[in-house]
Amino acid sequence: MLEAQSLNKSYGRQKVLDNVNLCFKSGQSISLIGPNGSGKTTFLKCILGLVVPDSGEIFLSGLPISGKWDYRQRLGYMPQIGRYPDNMRVGQLFDMILDIRMGRFKNLDRELMESFEIEKFSDKSMRTLSGGMRQKVSACLAFLFDPDILILDEPTAGLDPFSTEILKEKVLREKQKGKLVLITSHILSDLEELSSDVIYIMDGKVQFFKSIDELRAQTGEEKLNRALARIMQEKN
Amino acid sequence: MLRIVKYVLLDIIQNKILIGYTLFLFFVSIGLFNLSDDPTKGVIGLINVFLTVIPLVSIVFSTIHFYNSYEFIELLASQPVKRSLILWSQFWGLVFAMLLSVLIGVGIPIIIFSPTAAGFSLFFSVLGLSLVFVSIALLASVLTRDKAKGIGVVLLLWFFFALLYDAIVLFMMFALADYPLEKVMLLFVSINPIDLARVAVLLQLDISALMGYTGAIFREFLGTWWGIAYAFSILFAWATIPMLIAIRVFRKKDL
Repeated sequence: MLEAQSLNKSYGRQKVLDNVNLCFKSGQSISLIGPNGSGKTTFLKCILGLVVPDSGEIFLSGLPISGKWDYRQRLGYMPQIGRYPDNMRVGQLFDMILDIRMGRFKNLDRELMESFEIEKFSDKSMRTLSGGMRQKVSACLAFLFDPDILILDEPTAGLDPFSTEILKEKVLREKQKGKLVLITSHILSDLEELSSDVIYIMDGKVQFFKSIDELRAQTGEEKLNRALARIMQEKN
Repeated sequence: MLRIVKYVLLDIIQNKILIGYTLFLFFVSIGLFNLSDDPTKGVIGLINVFLTVIPLVSIVFSTIHFYNSYEFIELLASQPVKRSLILWSQFWGLVFAMLLSVLIGVGIPIIIFSPTAAGFSLFFSVLGLSLVFVSIALLASVLTRDKAKGIGVVLLLWFFFALLYDAIVLFMMFALADYPLEKVMLLFVSINPIDLARVAVLLQLDISALMGYTGAIFREFLGTWWGIAYAFSILFAWATIPMLIAIRVFRKKDL
């Protein structure tokens, strides 16, 4: 459903994406793992069109996305750091996003808004929200329009354990509905529960793209963190 | 697009600096018109104040607003909204806000004290200048990522157009006084939007003493009406071309 072909991007002299070729099917839930600054977020931002690659192309259902905008109806994005207009209230933010969509969506999914009890702080201004509350707002916005593809950039960072569980359950339910889920995180235990496949990126290069079962079989380790450690050792 | 412009405008109108700016324009206008019985003198006094202050406020305010809306822009860019539409909305939001300020701060006093051709050409000149400097500000902000650097760049641009440019033109005039350079000077005036606005008002006032060298050349070559039409079309170009370049840059910008 989503395909990246020889994607390249550099910021100045630093190469953040180096000939990335990936192909994802719907129903897959993919973890992007890699050290800080390895290009995970840049790759996700390329899919969203927030970052324009130097060369290469991304295809969604066979159609190139460069210069397009309406394909973003099918994406739900939860940024790493949710930054929102300071002088807007939470309720206003949701109203505005709904207004901008002009009714062009299949159906609204307010499930997460209810679980996180967004209503309770809808009168608070975005400025006064804590990091975790911002994360909740970001998560609700990502799921709100029932998108085909979920792009979650470190979704659980800053969330309390209880909310993390709610979010994880939600992601699993959406995955079972046959959606494509892309997650980056540094918390491997979370990823292990959520994802079917793992991509390891380092210095902008895709090191491997394997299913979790494959990884387990290959390394003989049950835990994802151990399996990864084993692979890294073998590479070195 | 109007939906997004609405949110941009709502955000700007709440800004206290803009309200202060409008009040400042309003009271300066009323004050200068009340200084003498002749409204023409009021208009002349206002040209000198406005041609410095209005470009400065327009360019700095627009730049700061752009950087402060970065989160908003980022949020919209991840939604199914066209990139160019996002920047156009910022532009129109700022233009409407500046229009409102000039309308209240300059338009109303002019209608009360000096509803003459000169008064209205002052009004349209400062309106045009506001547009020009919003447009330049957005181009500069799109090109510079860092807020402090962006504000520095636009301050330099303002300094150049408001002060430095005239000094350079004067210097060239003295240095090359032996050559017939009238047409070249005409070209040089056309390059600076602030000079153009000044000439457009002075042409209406019919005071050759104040018109200066460039104004005199303008009249000689173009006559009053052609001169004004020419001045406004160049101002229009100044308002649109930087913005069109900004849109091109913004479409490929990494957010």
